[in-house]
Amino acid sequence: MHYPMNTMIQNQETEKLLRETFTKNRDTIERFSADLMNRRRKEALEHFMQEGIPGRKTESYKYTDMPGLFSPLLHMNLQPNHVHMDVKEIFQCDVPELDTHIIFLVNGFLPPNSTPLEELEGKVLVGSLAEAARRHPELLEKHYDRYTSLNPEGLVSLNTAFAQDGLFLYIPDGTKLERPIQVVNMSVWEDNLMIQQRNLFILGKNSAASLIICDHTLAPWRFLNNAVTEIFLDEQARFDLSRVQNENNSSQHISHTFARQETASTMTSNTITLHGGLVRNNFYALLNGEHAENNTYGLYLSDRNQHIDNFSFIDHAAPNCTSNQLFKGVLDDQATGAFTGRIRVRQDAQKTMAYQSNNNILLTDEARINTKPQLEIYADDVKCSHGATVGQLDPAALFYLRSRGINYREARLMLMYAFAHDIISHIAVPPLRERIGDLVDKRLRGELSRCNACHINCGKLNY
Amino acid sequence: MLSIQNLHVSIEGKPILKGISLEVKPGEIHAIMGPNGSGKSTLATVLAGRDLFEVTEGKITYMGKDLTEMAPEDRAREGIFLGFQYPVEIPGVSIVNFMKTAVNEQRKYRGKEPLSASDFLKFMREKKDLVEFDSQLTNRSVNEGFSGGEKKKNEIFQMAMLNPRLSILDETDSGLDIDALRIVARGVNKLRSKDNATIVITHYQRLLDYIIPDYVHVLYDGKIVRSSGKELAMELEEKGYDWIRQEYAGNGR
Repeated sequence: MHYPMNTMIQNQETEKLLRETFTKNRDTIERFSADLMNRRRKEALEHFMQEGIPGRKTESYKYTDMPGLFSPLLHMNLQPNHVHMDVKEIFQCDVPELDTHIIFLVNGFLPPNSTPLEELEGKVLVGSLAEAARRHPELLEKHYDRYTSLNPEGLVSLNTAFAQDGLFLYIPDGTKLERPIQVVNMSVWEDNLMIQQRNLFILGKNSAASLIICDHTLAPWRFLNNAVTEIFLDEQARFDLSRVQNENNSSQHISHTFARQETASTMTSNTITLHGGLVRNNFYALLNGEHAENNTYGLYLSDRNQHIDNFSFIDHAAPNCTSNQLFKGVLDDQATGAFTGRIRVRQDAQKTMAYQSNNNILLTDEARINTKPQLEIYADDVKCSHGATVGQLDPAALFYLRSRGINYREARLMLMYAFAHDIISHIAVPPLRERIGDLVDKRLRGELSRCNACHINCGKLNY
Repeated sequence: MLSIQNLHVSIEGKPILKGISLEVKPGEIHAIMGPNGSGKSTLATVLAGRDLFEVTEGKITYMGKDLTEMAPEDRAREGIFLGFQYPVEIPGVSIVNFMKTAVNEQRKYRGKEPLSASDFLKFMREKKDLVEFDSQLTNRSVNEGFSGGEKKKNEIFQMAMLNPRLSILDETDSGLDIDALRIVARGVNKLRSKDNATIVITHYQRLLDYIIPDYVHVLYDGKIVRSSGKELAMELEEKGYDWIRQEYAGNGR
């Protein structure tokens, strides 16, 4: 990709176009959403116009072309009832035989034929964010659009301006959900499409839950998803979030995940990027109470012209908190990637332990990775470390495996799998760990469904 | 079984082996001794097929086949086993998975069905007992965090699993205490048969008290300068390697 000199001008054009789209469609946007979400739109749009889409001059977007994603501007479906299909019939999950409570979202909306908001054991609520906003305004009033302040950039505000629906999860105080919840996000349309999904997960005091999110594209078009997820963990809450990103090679996915953690809460997220044209994941965590723990792990496997950029920002605002960041990647062919890991330890956050590591294997001379740690430490009694490696498969290990009769291809796969295993081993739910392990193995073997050769029969869809 | 004729080997243009000839027959144990830097490990690694080294002259024939162009995995499937001087740590690959893959690939090469999971575990248990390999270790990643002795025992365990025709043990004794050395030697002796052969590479005579060689060769400056029976090892132990240096320095250059 190359960038014309007048990127800035085009940029402003894009932003004007987005404002026009908003103004023209505001009634529709608001009709298919909820009052509480609508109230934030105008201010968010103004903020977006002021900040704009971050360009390469923005430090944290140096290696990924954001303005390019919005030009030309893609169509947005602002009416949710546009896809009619029996998702259960057409969707064959790559994580089979897993005992989960499963929920499907199509282009960021709960499909019309599903229960909009379900109540599970222990008064757990799960379903549509818009529906939750209508039925439980007190919850949204307290938590919606409250945790994005770590990122003053425009794309989050763009989402707030346009977002109409997404996943809502509420775990009341003291409830420990035994069965994981699995969310399958599907992008499907007859043409290119922009999606602004918005998720909100609220975990009450001393609650616990596991959530698995799978991102899929069910059509070969360009899908641009600019998704925002806010997560609130009250005191002693435990949350395990596993995310499998498996989208077609034209798709572009920007995800912004914000976690706010209160005292002694623990959040672990594993983001496994298997396929995608361009993926940018932003992870933000605010450790707001003592003894909170945040573990942010990521694995990215990319080939051909895929581009994967992970950005994390862990903000230690309270003493005695722990954070671990581990991101690992294998890049093949001409794939490119970036990692930026930021840790901020505020002045009062004594006894912080914050660790960060990013390890990469480049399988070809053309694959590229840019990796950068950013540590800002304002407290004096802390333990912090960071490290980054970029290398090839260890030739000595390769020879060792081959010298036992294992062929070259298999030996390479074993080493790549072993490298990836480090991340997989952090997945808390054992069957899920096994399944994701299988998926990663399949991916490394090149056997995992790509969009145009998968078992999902896109021809069955009716628009 | 193995016939090496006038073997010359270089690494990055620098000659290491300068004309080695060696014949190994089934049932035999050969010891190769020599001072550091004489080319012992290079010889072992070249036989196993590491592509760091370039064979510039000479021939290696194994079971009637030319070895020099054969991939390392094919050599292994044909029955060659290298016990590494420095076994590699491979985090994330369990020994069970490693050995299951290796055993089944070798079975496939010989036209046999892969072992079922339960048959494999049974087979592995037998071999672990045979070579006194700690049963907890097989669930761990290959050599990761192993002590020097555990690593070497793991090499012998792998040898037992793969049942090679020709084993080349590269300084298997280095870094071992006397108990570990005994266990390793016992393993090698148990695996010995009239159909297989072993090349033991060692710096010290100590190992040869436990694994009795039929022949001892002294390697110096890339050449075998002396070959004899097991008494040669005693002589080396007594006199050290200095006399070889004195006797052969200059001749080889």
